[in-house]
Amino acid sequence: MLRLFGPLIAPIVGLGFIAALVLAILTTSWEAEPPTAAHHFHLAPKPLHLASDGPLGKFDRQQLQRGFQVYKEVCSACHSARLVAFRDLQEIGFTNPEVKAIAKNWATEVPSVNPETGEPATRKALASDYIPSPYANETAARAANNNALPPDLSLITKARHGGAAYVHSLLTGYQNPPAELLEKFPDAKPSGTLHYNPYFANLNIAMPPPLAADGQVTYADGTKATIDQMAQDVSAFLVWTAEPKLENRHRTGIAVLIFLLIATTLAYMSYQNIWADRKH
Amino acid sequence: MSFPWAQHYAPKHPVTQWLDERLPLPRLVYNAVGAGYPVPRNLNYFWNFGVLAGAALGIQIITGIILAMHYAANGAIAFDSVESIMRDVNSGWLLRYAHANGASFFFIVVYLHIFRGLYYGSYKAPREMVWLLGVVIFLLMMATAFMGYVLPWGQMSFWGAQVITGFFSAIPVVGDPIRIWLLGGFAPDNAALNRFFSLHYLLPFVIAGVIILHIWSLHIPGSNNPTGVDVKGPQDTVPFHPYYTAKDGFGLGVFLIAFSTLLFFAPNLLGHPDNYIPANPLSTPAHIVPEWYFLPFYAILKAFTFNFLWIPAKLWGVMAMFGSILLLFFLPWIDSSPVRSTNYRPLYRWFFWMLVADVLALGYLGQAEPSTFVVFASQVCAAYYFAHFLIILPIVSRIERPLPLPNSITESVLHGEKAEAAPFGTQTA
Amino acid sequence: MATLEQTGSPDDGHLGDGHRRRDFINIAAVSFAGVGAAAVVIPLVNQMNPSADVLALASIEVDISAIKAGQAIKTSWRKQPVFIRNLTPKEIAEANAVPVSTLRDPQTLQERTKEGKQNWLITLGVCTHLGCVPLGAGEGEAKGDFGGYFCPCHGSHYDTAARIRKGPAPLNLHVPDYAFKSDTVVQIG
Repeated sequence: MLRLFGPLIAPIVGLGFIAALVLAILTTSWEAEPPTAAHHFHLAPKPLHLASDGPLGKFDRQQLQRGFQVYKEVCSACHSARLVAFRDLQEIGFTNPEVKAIAKNWATEVPSVNPETGEPATRKALASDYIPSPYANETAARAANNNALPPDLSLITKARHGGAAYVHSLLTGYQNPPAELLEKFPDAKPSGTLHYNPYFANLNIAMPPPLAADGQVTYADGTKATIDQMAQDVSAFLVWTAEPKLENRHRTGIAVLIFLLIATTLAYMSYQNIWADRKH
Repeated sequence: MSFPWAQHYAPKHPVTQWLDERLPLPRLVYNAVGAGYPVPRNLNYFWNFGVLAGAALGIQIITGIILAMHYAANGAIAFDSVESIMRDVNSGWLLRYAHANGASFFFIVVYLHIFRGLYYGSYKAPREMVWLLGVVIFLLMMATAFMGYVLPWGQMSFWGAQVITGFFSAIPVVGDPIRIWLLGGFAPDNAALNRFFSLHYLLPFVIAGVIILHIWSLHIPGSNNPTGVDVKGPQDTVPFHPYYTAKDGFGLGVFLIAFSTLLFFAPNLLGHPDNYIPANPLSTPAHIVPEWYFLPFYAILKAFTFNFLWIPAKLWGVMAMFGSILLLFFLPWIDSSPVRSTNYRPLYRWFFWMLVADVLALGYLGQAEPSTFVVFASQVCAAYYFAHFLIILPIVSRIERPLPLPNSITESVLHGEKAEAAPFGTQTA
Repeated sequence: MATLEQTGSPDDGHLGDGHRRRDFINIAAVSFAGVGAAAVVIPLVNQMNPSADVLALASIEVDISAIKAGQAIKTSWRKQPVFIRNLTPKEIAEANAVPVSTLRDPQTLQERTKEGKQNWLITLGVCTHLGCVPLGAGEGEAKGDFGGYFCPCHGSHYDTAARIRKGPAPLNLHVPDYAFKSDTVVQIG
């Protein structure tokens, strides 16, 4: 049986697969695929340089705090960050009392239970709470946003191709649809509730421009709050929310690599030493 | 075990002697990976990858057991429990990234291990059983990796589970019931997640068991070597310890440097952003792709678009994808050439490198967005893959005239100097 | 290095300083790898310690305004029960009447409460014997022979200052760190 497999069965099975493929190739229709608007007008994110980039990158805590302010005053009206706890904010330089105050004064309260009646209620957030969602549930979020769901932002820079650069480009990329687009693809014109943004996958995003004017927030550290500055700061903040252990990872990595380089050099010398009297 | 000149375990200390008479475990280790195992003296660095694959499995088992202490296999909280590992568990980010990238490195070293086996003919007699068990390990690894990728319960996890269990629905008549049985429902949900977790925990230990058989069967004939020539006498071998333990130690260091570089500085490079979005049964990501190590097989699956001989294209694709791996079981008998090392097979060498290029191309095509050209290219590459194993290899192994082999390993070593595997006449001393 | 003696070339390497230097490299390489392996164990062990979200719940605030004299409530701190008891003057007197030197774990009621708030006895509800929850905090529960708490698992009796008086438990019920934020709010932890 095994002796037969080589000379006979193998080529027959092989020919079966190959015939199916050859027929598929022969029946291929080589008509050009119709171009799509997204294919022509979608843009890759603009480069964005942050302090956390690169193998030695560290967070710019001042920038993260500004970014948090943008998130708090602008984004958090619609977007949750449910994996970030208020206590985590101590990592970006807020003190313990500041964190407690931020939690206590957060615009949305935390779902709770009335201790007397057992009815659903809300209470002020504590440092150990996670940042509450502005909407009770997905249905409520969609109902308030023309059936579009504002995504949770905790992991957004890891959940999108391009990461922070994508967020920054998207926030600063709102514009009027180019005339050429409307000429070539009349259907691509954003409908009533959508907005043209060439950095968004299908060009038309439901989110209205969130950063509309310079000075929309007032930075405590005196940085001028241009739209681009705010977009950069919030992108940096969202890098931290997605990867809070980044600095730890970089630091550990350098130490581990230095150790391994020495260990491997020693291992190589030991290897050469043991084989020294062997021709191989 | 294998050669009469192998060193014998002779414990000197009374305690080790006492132990040896009652439970000769040190003797077993000594004969398996110690001084009692004579190994050809001319192995090159490609022979490091077996030990490295073992190390990778060790990393996966250790980090995996720890992650299981923190992970919750329930659709409602699985995603969040992984994020809690990343954020709150002490060193959790390190363990989770090590496990995720460890899977990739396991496949990298295993693919190089398979490449070495293919190039140097390690699958040929008398090592067929080593090869067969190796293919079993590879299949178990793929199953384990797939189920592990489902556990974080992100978008790619969910849709990966949906698509891969969908393969079974291609089987006529019983396909759909099998799929529903596998999932414990009509779509991936808690039942599927829980059983995948259970099996993902179990299978690595099965892999470890099969590895023991793999090594056992290797020790009967002993290791192959770059010339493919049999060991003739004691001058051809060195004891595994300290010669190859030292070399493997160095190899392990290089492996860990590469692994750590990715783990600490680009831990998400081989992952997919969509898996940081929680599973959503109502919305498929725009472009779903499996993990990189499945891409060549995924490309073969997608290449079949034509209903041929009353068999639908979908079933052809699934059969071809499984067939592309299962045919490896028959490789020792498909290749009838008695010469092991491709170094001495001038004609086969060309087709071998064509196959390597073909598999790399399939890998690229597996992740490319489907366009007419991509589909066409995958069809050509998939056809070559099957042609290579099932048509070209049987013919070439019959008509080829191999180059003259060295008389012995030692002769090759002394002749070829550093280029240990050099065929006579092709390299200068 | 016994294996080296089997080499085909009986040349250098076994003699003199060269031999010692060579051994040194092998020992250094193995020791260095050992140090690395030991360092890897640290995170593998440390991961079992409480995670950041668990530690974040380490302090709670409790409103005690509704607890009348003679009553007690059970609340939960670090997933452990805490008894907050409003002692009556009679219970305080009983606790103070006991000669401290006769106790298994000598402590006065004063040492176990805050100054000026001697009626508020706050203890963990975890028997110091083997960790059961003693009875006595709930309405109508057995309070034991000494009017405090009684652990039904192995029969430990605690008095009105929650001190061990009878039975196998070695220590008084543990008093956690706490502070009065106001007259009616106490922060535990």
